[in-house]
Amino acid sequence: MSAWTLMDLSARQGRKTVLEAASLSVAAGEVVGVVGPNGAGKTSLLRAGLGLLALTAGEARLSGKALATLKPDERAKLVGYLLQDRRVAWNLPARMVAALGASDLADTAADLLALQCLDRVGARDLADRGVLDMSGGERARVLLARLLATRAPLLVADEPVAGLDPDAQLLTLDLLRAEAKRGAAVVVTLHDLGLAARSCDRIIVVDHGRIVAEGKPREALSRFILSHVFRLDGELVETEVGPVLAARRA
Amino acid sequence: MSLVRLCLLMLLALAGAAILAVLLGETPLTLAQYAQALSHPASPPGEVLWTIRAPRVAVAALVGAALGLAGATMQGLLRNPLADPGVLGVSAVSGLGAALAISAGLALVPGGIELSALVGALAAGAMVVALAARFREPEALILFGVALSAFGGALTALVFNLSPSPVATAEILAWLMGSVQNRDWTDAARALVPMALGAALCVRAGQGLRMLTLGEEAARMSGLPMSRLRVYAVAGSALLTGAAVAAAGVIGFVGLAAPHLVRALVKDDPRRILWPSALAGALLLVLADLAARLIPTEQELKLGVVTALFGAPAFALLAWRASRSWRA
Repeated sequence: MSAWTLMDLSARQGRKTVLEAASLSVAAGEVVGVVGPNGAGKTSLLRAGLGLLALTAGEARLSGKALATLKPDERAKLVGYLLQDRRVAWNLPARMVAALGASDLADTAADLLALQCLDRVGARDLADRGVLDMSGGERARVLLARLLATRAPLLVADEPVAGLDPDAQLLTLDLLRAEAKRGAAVVVTLHDLGLAARSCDRIIVVDHGRIVAEGKPREALSRFILSHVFRLDGELVETEVGPVLAARRA
Repeated sequence: MSLVRLCLLMLLALAGAAILAVLLGETPLTLAQYAQALSHPASPPGEVLWTIRAPRVAVAALVGAALGLAGATMQGLLRNPLADPGVLGVSAVSGLGAALAISAGLALVPGGIELSALVGALAAGAMVVALAARFREPEALILFGVALSAFGGALTALVFNLSPSPVATAEILAWLMGSVQNRDWTDAARALVPMALGAALCVRAGQGLRMLTLGEEAARMSGLPMSRLRVYAVAGSALLTGAAVAAAGVIGFVGLAAPHLVRALVKDDPRRILWPSALAGALLLVLADLAARLIPTEQELKLGVVTALFGAPAFALLAWRASRSWRA
């Protein structure tokens, strides 16, 4: 069954149409990458599909249930969301931040799970550090641990690798892939097209609030799309570690 | 330190301060008189201790606790270490409500001042929260609070201006400066009901406040009924502020300072900070009132004056520290 179904979603922010007739279906076990230039509508697509942006048309479903009919706690059981905005208001210890992903559990169980998730993201030693005393990259790991702690059948991560070093970028996507293997549906927005092509089963290209291409990485990121959407002259080149982007500005 | 242990320790400190505040005062008593007061509460020294000082201390503790809890709740709700009923103008508008009630001659109607102070606090609280959603930067909200505070003050000045009787003017002014002088047990009991209700609402909102640490949208996606919890937090802190203003006038900075005194002890957690912050507020205000009584001045110092004298520099210090983290 599809974990996330978006049917002809349209949304406006103020006067501006940020999303137009976007349809998408994400199945359990797959990693779907959402790519597009800055301001293309990637985040709007996610937010509209999660009920955070008022729709002007269309319908979103989580595990077959209409989003509009779900109560907040029912929705939280079906989806975990990692925001692009990594600002944290208070200097909570990392383990408490990670445990916020498991607020359905009792305090001790949530703390235990939080420690396990911090371990998976390689931040076990940061468990008792305040998140405001950390570097941006360390805090990103803690927030990723919070996403993992939701154990939701759909994980939506908005630019989870922005600002991370190469190792942390690869670790993040490995962890998300492992979640997909475990049976979760994973949707992730990315700017690194090579990384997207290497780590996603399917790519969605968004431009001007519309989904303009969809398919396996090599198909979705064709020469035509690279040139018309990203204004790049080049293509994905196969290497021993997977496809990498070889392109210059068009 | 566990939360229960911290609260017990603070309760102990509060009890110590309260005993001190009942024992010490303007009228010095001899040991024999203390003994008499304890054995015969109806004797003259007993009157001093049990009908003059004790209810005053109780009102100070209640008002302090209410402001400490309201401050912690507002800071959590607005994700802003500088939020407090005074800074955000809630106290000023609540004070305006009370001033209007006094000038309209409602002081003699039981609960008249209390009710209008509560209405003022609720209106201002709702306004602050509605606007907080539009401001991304914490500074903007503080500036709005400054404006609301100034406007509340201006309208209160207008009430003075148009007040026909100098007696009413003096009464409002004395009351606005904030004091727990001459409070009796009825005053304490009357404040208790809205305060208990407000406290219950704020505590119910606790998990929502903790979730808001990660921002508005993360909280909405967390599964908590955020819109309801937000209403709890606003209504709860406004009830607490309104009840505090009704009982003791406008007392600034306690709601701001109390959470900061205990924040490190609860590792910044906006949920676990609620009770310790209430206790810290009670402790602060009992001590401030004791200072107001013991500092030898011709006219007794008003409690609101004492807290403002100490609180304003503390606010500046906190703003200095907070501004560093905003830039980061």
